Amino acid sequence: MSTHATTAANHDHDDVQHHVRRYLFVFYALLFGTAITVGASYIQFGNREINIGVALAIAITKACLVACYFMHLISEKKMIYIILGFTAFFFVGLMFLTLASYANPPSLTVTH
Amino acid sequence: MEIPYTTEPRPDTGLYNAKLGIWLFLASEVMLFGALFSTYILLRVGAVEGHWPHGWLNVPIGTFNTLVLISSSITTVLAWAACKMKRYDRFKFWHACTILAAITFVCVKSYEYHDKFTHYEINLNDGRIADGHLVRQSADEVVIHGHFVKDRKELFDLKAPGLEKAEHKELEFKRSEIKKMENYGPWHHTYLAIYFTLTGLHALHVIGGALVIGFLWGPGGKLWKSDPERFTNRIEVSGLFWHFVDLVWIFLFPVLYLL
Amino acid sequence: MQTAHPTTTHPGGHDHAAPHAHESHSGGFWSTYVFSTDHKMIGMQYGLTALSFLLFGFMLMVLMRWQIAHPGQPVPVIGPFLANLLGPGAARGSISNDLYNSFGAMHGTIMVFLAIVPLAFGAFGNYLVPLQIGAPDMAFPRVNMASYQFFLLGGVVMFVSFFLPGGAAQAGWTSYPPLSVTIPTDGQSYWLIGMVLLISSSLLGAVNFIATVIQLRAPGMTWMRLPFFVWAQFVTAFLLLLAFPPLEAAGIMQLMDKVVHTSFFLPTGLAVEGQMAAVSGGGSPLLWQHLFWFLAHPEVYVLILPAMGIVAEIIANNTRKPVWGYKSLVGATLSIGVLSFIVWAHHMYMTGMGSKISTFFQTTTMLISIPSVIILTCLLISLWGGSIRFNTPMLFVMAFLPMFGIGGLTGLPLGLNYADLHLHDTYYVIAHFHYVVAPGTIFAMFAGLYYWYPKYTGRFMSEFWGKVHFWGSFIFMNCIFLPMFAQGMAGMLRRMADGGANYSQARVPDAVGGLSPQMLNLHTYILWAAFCLGAVQIPFLINFFWSIKHGRPAGSDNPWSATTLEWQTPTPPPHGNFATAPHVYRGPYEYSVPGHATDCTPQNQPD
Repeated sequence: MSTHATTAANHDHDDVQHHVRRYLFVFYALLFGTAITVGASYIQFGNREINIGVALAIAITKACLVACYFMHLISEKKMIYIILGFTAFFFVGLMFLTLASYANPPSLTVTH
Repeated sequence: MEIPYTTEPRPDTGLYNAKLGIWLFLASEVMLFGALFSTYILLRVGAVEGHWPHGWLNVPIGTFNTLVLISSSITTVLAWAACKMKRYDRFKFWHACTILAAITFVCVKSYEYHDKFTHYEINLNDGRIADGHLVRQSADEVVIHGHFVKDRKELFDLKAPGLEKAEHKELEFKRSEIKKMENYGPWHHTYLAIYFTLTGLHALHVIGGALVIGFLWGPGGKLWKSDPERFTNRIEVSGLFWHFVDLVWIFLFPVLYLL
Repeated sequence: MQTAHPTTTHPGGHDHAAPHAHESHSGGFWSTYVFSTDHKMIGMQYGLTALSFLLFGFMLMVLMRWQIAHPGQPVPVIGPFLANLLGPGAARGSISNDLYNSFGAMHGTIMVFLAIVPLAFGAFGNYLVPLQIGAPDMAFPRVNMASYQFFLLGGVVMFVSFFLPGGAAQAGWTSYPPLSVTIPTDGQSYWLIGMVLLISSSLLGAVNFIATVIQLRAPGMTWMRLPFFVWAQFVTAFLLLLAFPPLEAAGIMQLMDKVVHTSFFLPTGLAVEGQMAAVSGGGSPLLWQHLFWFLAHPEVYVLILPAMGIVAEIIANNTRKPVWGYKSLVGATLSIGVLSFIVWAHHMYMTGMGSKISTFFQTTTMLISIPSVIILTCLLISLWGGSIRFNTPMLFVMAFLPMFGIGGLTGLPLGLNYADLHLHDTYYVIAHFHYVVAPGTIFAMFAGLYYWYPKYTGRFMSEFWGKVHFWGSFIFMNCIFLPMFAQGMAGMLRRMADGGANYSQARVPDAVGGLSPQMLNLHTYILWAAFCLGAVQIPFLINFFWSIKHGRPAGSDNPWSATTLEWQTPTPPPHGNFATAPHVYRGPYEYSVPGHATDCTPQNQPD
């Protein structure tokens, strides 16, 4: 990505100027993402799960763009990634283990 | 001995203290909103078939609010970039836009909330169900602008294909005819409960973030003269928080409005 | 048997009798003692507040044990006082069932959230972590002050709830809905508000600790040169940071259920007192349990990890050798941190989970016992070949090892859902977790207080009374909790205000599994043991305050001859801790290094 010093405080004038164009591209991408997510919600895929999948995929893409570029994640060092990595793991654990508990009720018959 | 790395980053982590601090705080916020999203999933998956609402929220208004927040995100990062480029005047311009966007967002949200609080479902003694917005009410009568439904289920999936648009007109009821009258507040349905909680908590974060950015735009700007690097760092840290608020909305909008 | 002799590690060590930190910049009483941003003062504030709540929680327990041993009988001596203070719940000076329930709920809440965590993490952590890593203060001093103030406010809200009409929260420290939501009094709402404040306090503290350890380590203080105490606090901070928010969300939702009448946790068809509840329904009581235990399981590691950190420091110091297996200790602590997030539903085996998901949680629960055993084993092996000084801190720490062993091992049958079928919600569970926390964590806390006392005050606490405190606490804690294993296995359930009399063989002679008179008689012995345990804390209290001015002078800044950085500062450490950033040249436990002049080589000593 950037061959310059990776910390924000070391960016000089031209670097940031160069990055401004990148920010604007991300902005246009986010606008586009919003448009297609709203549009896709009106399409009847027949199966509600597909709508959910499409909406989440677009949302995750938009979120990555905001995180990587607006929040400068893409130019950070390992430390932040380790923290966020664990957070993501626990977040997924909370979501899916709870759902899995609901989805796995006990069987109604007793087997010997 | 002074606390090191308040402005210049620590070489091995590449971070100054406040930036690490805000990322840690944001990690905890991910878990906070994660728990609420997890709640949404469980309530929806656990709901009786046909009793989970669709189409209760206005999509064009929600889309507008999404665009407002996305715009505020770009203005935030441009405000920070202006600080890095030592253009205080452009910083003031971009963050003024951010604050305006925040105010717009909260105003639109208030309008949406008001719309829900004035939307009533009326169960009559004779078993009929009416649904609509309140026109006026007094001690002995209630007037709504809405329609009757034959089955309560019709109130739920407003986006179902083949549903004819019901004709909305003014309906008058005496209070003595009414068995139960409840507006579309968080008590009305678990969907509304999680909607109000998620968007309410999010709106509190919008207000909080706007207050911090507003402070830095206003009285906090004094620091620019004495320590511009430290000031820029504060703009970056508050910007990170603001982007997170936008991130949450990026998920809130499709989940609550579109799905 | 050697007791500690203070050795002067550098000539002309000062002897500060004054217990309070000297601020280098002048401030009035308020900015020095109340609105301080100095981590040492904040640590002191946390410590004193937490110890007060510990005493209060203890008194609640004694009242509960009275009621269990003598159901319905007025409390002796203080009965009339209780009746005046608490109104109808304590009518005629006896503890009604509702009051018993609220004591039970609040005893748990206060001990966990207002006593142990603020003491272990807020007090010891705040005071020692910046010192041990060679930093001038925490990374965010004002956030630190805010975290204490949130804690104090949360504590006040919890305390005040006792005096509401209807009393304090009554639905257990676990606050399960629908009961907690449908109880018509406000105590539960105050509990929820208090919890939100306490959680916010912990979150602010956690951010501070993590940022401090990552960013403010002194030059030369690499990750693997950190004292194990710092590692333990670091992982604890991560547990607080990432596990608390779901409970905060759940607390807000339960508060909305109570105040705004939403139905997050109220199922469809709920009837209260014979009538259909006027709520929308559609909610899930299980959801609360998942969100609560998602925090509450990592919370128990929050309770134990700082204690293990303290134990490691004191063992190394009093055996005059490094802790055995430093890398294993660090690895095990990190593993506990990660695994603790995916074991929570072992508290929910009775909620009707299917076999697949319950097997998953049993597996992770069994797995997490491995790093716990590794830590205990490393600490145990550390004693081998040591030149042991049996001073008061060391006695507490050595007792910790078998006591934690009992607590931990008795957790294993609870982690297997087949055995848990019988043991769930019995006194066996109470015995298990009290063994881990009471002669476990609290012993480590006592050890820490005796150990670091000379750094703060420049004086030792009395060794004689310290040993009286130790032996009394050790004997009576075991007298209280050991019988509870038997009672639990006999089927005595938790949270029974009459002590199980309703389920006794005397009351229902034909019932299968009725509680025998022997089991019920144990209540009387436990009550006496509780009184004695309380009595033996009195010398500790007197010792703690008396020694500030009259204790034996420490004689040096490093009276225990310790290697870690907090002992290389003046006594007490001044504002800013170190005049210039210390430079660290070696690991944290360089005791008895061959070829060195003394048996203690501090971390900041160059070759």
